[in-house]
Amino acid sequence: MTPTSPRPLLEVQKLSVVYNGAVVALTHVDLDVRPREIVALLGANGAGKTTVLRSVSNLLQAVRGQARADRARFDGADFLHLGPGDLVRRGLVPVLEGRRVFGPLTVEENLISGAIGAAKSRAQTARNLERVYTLFPKLVERRRSPAGLTSGGEQQMLAIGRALMAEPRLLTLDEPSMGLAPLVIQDIFRTLKRLNQDEGLAILVAEQNSAVALAYAHRAVVLENGVSAHEEDATTLRARDGMKDFYLGRTSHAA
Amino acid sequence: MGDFDLSFFIEVLVGGLLSGVMYALVAIGFVLIYKTSGVLNFAQGPLLLFAALTYVSLIERGIAAPLALVLVFAAMALIGIAIERTVLTPLANRPPITLFMATLGLAYVVEGSAQLLWGGQVHALDLGVSDTPFDVYGVFVSRFDLFAAGVAGLMVAALIAFFQFTRVGLSFRAAAADPYAAGAIGLRLHAILATAWIAAGFVALVAGLLWGARLGVQFSLSLVVLKALPVLVLGGFDSILGAIVGGLIVGASEKLAEVYIGPFFGGGIEIWFAYVVALVFLLVRPAGLFGRVQVERV
Repeated sequence: MTPTSPRPLLEVQKLSVVYNGAVVALTHVDLDVRPREIVALLGANGAGKTTVLRSVSNLLQAVRGQARADRARFDGADFLHLGPGDLVRRGLVPVLEGRRVFGPLTVEENLISGAIGAAKSRAQTARNLERVYTLFPKLVERRRSPAGLTSGGEQQMLAIGRALMAEPRLLTLDEPSMGLAPLVIQDIFRTLKRLNQDEGLAILVAEQNSAVALAYAHRAVVLENGVSAHEEDATTLRARDGMKDFYLGRTSHAA
Repeated sequence: MGDFDLSFFIEVLVGGLLSGVMYALVAIGFVLIYKTSGVLNFAQGPLLLFAALTYVSLIERGIAAPLALVLVFAAMALIGIAIERTVLTPLANRPPITLFMATLGLAYVVEGSAQLLWGGQVHALDLGVSDTPFDVYGVFVSRFDLFAAGVAGLMVAALIAFFQFTRVGLSFRAAAADPYAAGAIGLRLHAILATAWIAAGFVALVAGLLWGARLGVQFSLSLVVLKALPVLVLGGFDSILGAIVGGLIVGASEKLAEVYIGPFFGGGIEIWFAYVVALVFLLVRPAGLFGRVQVERV
């Protein structure tokens, strides 16, 4: 079930992060994402999931965070020494917590912004736009509306669509299920799974909703107080309900 | 006021609206920077002065007007890029008050270097448009005011076209809406900020020439920004459309107030009436007519 490959796309060893020079967010996180793999990053509120994703996209500077790691590689390059934009253009694209779509811009402008960020040509932009509209037909109807006026589900699709405009090889998602109805969550995760199977898109997804994440992931890494405490096959982890309560703090049956 | 003279009223109103366009011109420069950097750029007035003074000095040294315009615009663009690199980038992610203080310092640097370069004397600036009024169906309209309004209209149209229909403009609007997300998806924030400063420099140039022609190019020219403040309060600090509407309201209301309410106060209320309107507005709608209502977590 788990696809294997000689070299991981993303390698993280002994990652630690401090905010404002004083607040320790992560002490020791190890994490790999191989090509064509979906990895779930699980853990309770405050375990450090968002911080891991921020480190990987090198977005800590904007929130006054400092990261160190023994090994921090995306596709062979040190992600802690590349700007967020460089990483996007190399194929590591984040979908941020809380969606963060550009509210005053139209849905289509939001999508185009994703292509501009990845320095895609006009022809590539048009092609990717077509592709995103095929994946999320709901966005076609709303393409001229300001993104801020669309529903939460549509905004999440838009945030993912905007990231896909950059033609990622690794997509990171921070709590994509947050605040969404179970059916919408299913819809979004199914689309992600399809992208993974059809196009080999690697995905690293942080979720509090462990049930839904484990249903679609190949592997899971469990964070606990800033430490990657546990790593396992998603099927095995799913089977062990007691463990889930213990490590994940909360059980959700949205799936 | 038993016999209300309609054509006189219209004349005052039109004069007010046209001078309001001049206020809007100055206010737009603030909006451009506020939208991207979230800071009230105290240096906008000095930049306006710098542009006008450089233009006048080049003309006085015998350089043809079109070439002088190009040179001044190039200078303003370079200054904009320099400000972005040396002042704003090192201060990124600092609280707004830090940025505000930085632009305050910048204001003195820009004003000082203008004086250092071109000296401190007053220059007359002739744009070749006379200020003689002409008659439109019995209403007298200033030729210069009309010209200024036309230039301002063209400039606003150019800015709107730039922001709506180009990729850089789209990036600019994205960064204004959410700089963190814009950076995360790879938009080049430095380039966007530099673009904003260049655009603000361009606006300062246009406003500086029009105001300079009106008041003479001198150091008090940088004080026209004081007129932009009530405009911004009315229209909202982050809306170009708001700056225009705010400018028109301020211009029209202060002229009408001067003529129709002024006599009750002994006249001269035009100078402060805009601030009273702004104050009332602050009580009723602090975000301005078109400004985004900010929710700040404390």
